[in-house]
Parts: sequence; C-alpha cells; structure tokens
Amino acid sequence: MSAPPPLRIRGLSVGYPSDHGPIQAVREVDLDVAAGEFLGIVGESGSGKTQLLLSILGLSAPRAELCGSIRYREQELIKLEVAALNQVRGNRISMVFQDPMTALNPYLRVGRQITEVLQVHRNVSIREAERRAIEMLESVRIPDAARRLRQYPHELSGGMRQRVMIAMALIAEPEILLADEPSTALDVTVQAQILSLFQELRARTGTAIVLVTHDLGVIAEVADRVAVMYAGRIMEQAPVHELFAHPRHPYTEALQQSIPRIDAPRSTRLASIGGTPPNPAALPAGCAFAPRCIYRLPICDSVAPPLLEIRPEHWKACHHEGELGKLRGEAA
Amino acid sequence: MSSAPPITPAQAGAGPLLAVRDLSVNYRVAYRRGHALLHAVNAVSFDLARGETLGLVGESGSGKSTIARALLRLVPATSGVALFHGSDLLQLSGGRLHTMRRRLQLIFQDPLASLDPRMNIGDILDEPLRVFEPQLPRPQRLQRVLAVTRAVGLGSEHLHRFAHEFSGGQAQRIVIARALIIEPELIVCDEPLSSLDVSIKSQISNLLKDLQRQLQLSLLFISHDLAAVRFSCDRVLVLYLGRVMEIAGCDVLFRACRHPYTRALISAAPIPDPVAARARRRVPLEGEIPSPLFAPSGCVFRTRCPMAIERCASEIPLLRQVGDSLVACHRAEELAS
Repeated sequence: MSAPPPLRIRGLSVGYPSDHGPIQAVREVDLDVAAGEFLGIVGESGSGKTQLLLSILGLSAPRAELCGSIRYREQELIKLEVAALNQVRGNRISMVFQDPMTALNPYLRVGRQITEVLQVHRNVSIREAERRAIEMLESVRIPDAARRLRQYPHELSGGMRQRVMIAMALIAEPEILLADEPSTALDVTVQAQILSLFQELRARTGTAIVLVTHDLGVIAEVADRVAVMYAGRIMEQAPVHELFAHPRHPYTEALQQSIPRIDAPRSTRLASIGGTPPNPAALPAGCAFAPRCIYRLPICDSVAPPLLEIRPEHWKACHHEGELGKLRGEAA
Repeated sequence: MSSAPPITPAQAGAGPLLAVRDLSVNYRVAYRRGHALLHAVNAVSFDLARGETLGLVGESGSGKSTIARALLRLVPATSGVALFHGSDLLQLSGGRLHTMRRRLQLIFQDPLASLDPRMNIGDILDEPLRVFEPQLPRPQRLQRVLAVTRAVGLGSEHLHRFAHEFSGGQAQRIVIARALIIEPELIVCDEPLSSLDVSIKSQISNLLKDLQRQLQLSLLFISHDLAAVRFSCDRVLVLYLGRVMEIAGCDVLFRACRHPYTRALISAAPIPDPVAARARRRVPLEGEIPSPLFAPSGCVFRTRCPMAIERCASEIPLLRQVGDSLVACHRAEELAS
C-alpha cells in the first residue's frame, strides 16, 4: 500500500433516540476508502448502509448521535462546523441519491442546479460554468445537452434525471463519489447503462466510488471490494472475487445462495434465511445474525464477534472457524 | 422440438384455463389542447394452462400490469376476448362477474398497502369467506382461516394482530393467505417480491412455488426481475410498449431467446457472480422506452434495436414460430445462439 486512504472511518456509531428506546443504526464501523477504488456496500433495509453514507457528509438527522471518527485526509468530519463541512461536501466528496426526483429541485432548471456547484466551489463565471455543465452532461451521455440545461426535472425521464444527478455530483471533480442505490428505481436496461457509466467515469477521472445497494448482482458487476452490512455492523469485507468465491460469513453465504440466477439452470428451491431481520431497538446481546444463523455457537448469543482479518484484506466478524458450505449442500 | 406452438402451454390437454385473444387497452389522455389515444396494451394473445405459471416481463410502461388489471376488470379493456371456463371475462357483469371473481385472486407489490389497517388478520382472512360462502357457519370459517394461516407459515397467535405489527415478508404471507382462502384457480401476482428484502424474497418465492404445486394453481407472474421469473415460471411472455415481443418456455427463453429485446433484457440483468458477470458479452441497449403516445411505426422496438433495418420501420412484425419460440421480429432467424 502506497498512499494512505483518503477516507478513514474508525469506530463509527450512529444512534437515534426513538419511542422504543435508542436505535443504533450504525455500530462500530471501521472502513477505508482507497483512492480510485470501487467499493460496494451491500445490506438489506435497516442494515445501516444508508445511514453510514449520510454520516460521512454530515447529513444524519439533527438528533442523531455520532461517535467515532470519520477522517477525510487530515480533517475530522464529525462535529465539523457547517462552513468547513461545505468545503468538503459537493466538492471533494459528493453524493448521488436513490430517487433523483426528490433530490433535484423541481423549481429550478437543470442547468442552474448543475452550475451552482461550480459557482459555490470554484468561483467561475456563469458562462464558463455553463460550458462545463454542457461538457459534463455530454460525458454522462445526455444527448442535446445545451437544450437539456434549460429544462426542468419533470421534463426528463427517470434515467435522464439520474444522469443529471451524476453530472452534478461529478462536476467539481470530487475525490470520492458516494452513491446510495443509484440504479434501484430504474429499469434493468437503464440500470445497466448507469452502472457502465460509473465504471467509465471512474476509469477516466480516477474518482473513488462507494456504491450502496441491496443487490449482490450489482456488486458483482462493478465493485472491486465489498463490505457486507447487517444490523449496523460490517459482517464481512473482502475483494469482490474472494468474497463471492470464498464467503466466510454465514450471512454472506446465505445472501448469495438465496438469490435466483438467470445464468444457471432452474433450481426447485432457493436456500432461504429463516426468520426476519432484528428489531434495531432491541438488538441481541451477541451477534445480531445469531438467531437466524445455521452455524450458531453458544458464544454467539452473548459475545458480538469483532471484525478480524482472516486473510490479507479479508475481514469477517464471526465466531465460526473455517469453511462454510452447509447451505450449498442444502440447495443442490 | 415441440409441435405445439408456445402460445399454448406444452401440456395442454383439456384446453387452457384462460385464453386471451387480441386484448387491447387504450386510454384517452389529455394532450396539448385536445386528447390523444394511448395504446397501453395492443392485441395481446396468450393461453394459461391449469397449474402453470406464466411470467409477464418488460420494462415499466410495457403494459404488463395493465393486462392483469384488464383481466381482473379493474380497468376496462378496449377490445379482445378472455375466455375463462367458457365465458368471456371481459363481458361479464353483475352476479356472474361476482361468481367468477372468487376463482381469480390477486397479490399486489406492496403487502402493507393491500391490508386494511383497522382490521385484525383474523377478520381480514375471514372476509372473503363471508362474501363468497355466506352460508358457512362460523366455526367452519375459523377452521379454514387457521388452515390457510398454517399453509403460509404463520400461526394462530397472529390472528389477533393488525397489519402494522408485521414485517413486509409476514404481511405478504397474509396477502397470499387471503388470496388462497376461497380456493381460487388463478392468481395474478403483480411484482409480489419487489418490495421484500433479499433474505425474505427467497422465503416467499419458495412459498409461492410450493403452494402453486400443491394446489395446482395457475399463476400470472408479473415481474421486472428476470432471475425471479426464471425461478418461478414455466413460460414467459416478453412485452414492449404494449406488444408481445416473444413467448417461450422458460428454459428455451433463457438458453436461446429469439428476440433482440429479450436478449438485451437478459444481458442487462445483473448476475451475482463477478466472474460470470464480467466475462459475458453485453448487448447494451441505448436510450429508454419511448412514450406509448408516440410509439414508433413498424416494430415498436426498432428505435432501440441494434439489429433494426429499413423493413422494421415500415412493416409490423407478426408473432410467428421460430425454433421453440413465438417471436415478433423480422430477423429472428439470425438470432439463434
């Protein structure tokens, strides 16, 4: 490893007060984002993946309590004052949200929303900003870009709006792009277009991309490295090929075995994960996955396993030693 | 090679349970200062056998939900015939429509939105029996409710609870139970898995498949998720802008599809395996589905089709048999894999 990673998250917890007691949305997460990498974070709803992304940009709800550390280069982002945070977000680290229709301002023309980023962060003239905005729209493959700049979000299709969001996020040439389920609301054909656009932009600009999704298929298509989240914790983290070929956490294995594939002969049954995800206001004392785990040991109910490096760059948080494979036998 | 054309299922013995011919649904929509005609579904024909699962796939705006809604008489069909037990579903009214409805049930995407928040689960499951079998005494109704609750993997302790106390997966089990309790023959499932989490999706997929086999149900399975369709369906119908592009048996379709649109859909679907996903040759589809108000002339897919030729703009391709598929494409022969 040469340069230190630009983004280092250590011991991050994000909690909220609620009627049913405090909710821990993110629990003691350690995560690095290396320069230019494509990191995938996969998890189901309630796993804390979106809360993790939001906390990086200081976008957690006002009553959220954050502990731990989020360092971007030399700067600690937690509890940073807004003015200083605004120097980072939209500029060095930017974000693409799941639903572009609610993330774009319906009252403003697309051009104004894109150029605003440059005017805030780069102090360029309006004409220069517009020239750059047209270039940017062309690079996200929006045809007839000059005309699109004068349109409002409702005049664009869903895929087109998501391209505008990506153009906005990339126009200041950020070092890190955070993307929260950017293709989930889109049709599969448009999803494939957006994913290949991400890959192309990453290759061209060297921007690191952190993509959050519930879809292991999306991860397999684009990510270099994967973190699997469950109930606010990272359960496993590994390079993408290693994770898919040798999952070492029972939850990763179960996820992988429970999704049908279009490229394999049809099976009669899918392996399934029994039970339901835990209530975030009443998490078990030990491993949060233990109640649904087929490899469960007595210790799992009382002690939460720490995230340990079991092979170079392969981390898991599980008491079970050695290989998995029970599910594979069952599904076959 | 099978001799029966795949518009009808392979094992058709005593004729299909449902035979749809030339179903069209048009909407009049405000456009500029007047009106325009939107062709949501355009001359769609298919058969559904007893005990068969037929998948309807296509992007949003392809008309898959509209077909389901027209069959269930939730939107009026403009023309066409849907024969079910010898009578045309699209023409029934009054008492005969009511009688027919108990044989047809539906399951929507969002289970929590399809359960009355003020009724407990016992009452929700009991209601179809009160409507369709009013002569049944209460203890027998309760027995039926308990039996169906167990069949979907829930217990009697759930009957006194309300919808909001359940997770999405459990709520979908309740919706399935409610559809099953009056013993329908055909269930229309409109994106039944889409709102569920990955770990719950497989539970519900397995449950639907088991119940379908045990009860010999016919399912119309609407989904944008091709992998789920491959797991759940016997045959697949591919729609684009309200028209049928291809109909084929599930294994044939995923092994050797004959329509460029089917090929594009399959190649866009993510594969949860980085080696396979990155090795395959992609056939990327440019642009997005056009507005059905301005459907292209000739073949509606031609504006995004990598294989389009001049003929495609002037001549609407008819659905015809090529190999083991029924396909509407002038160049289907060239697409053998």
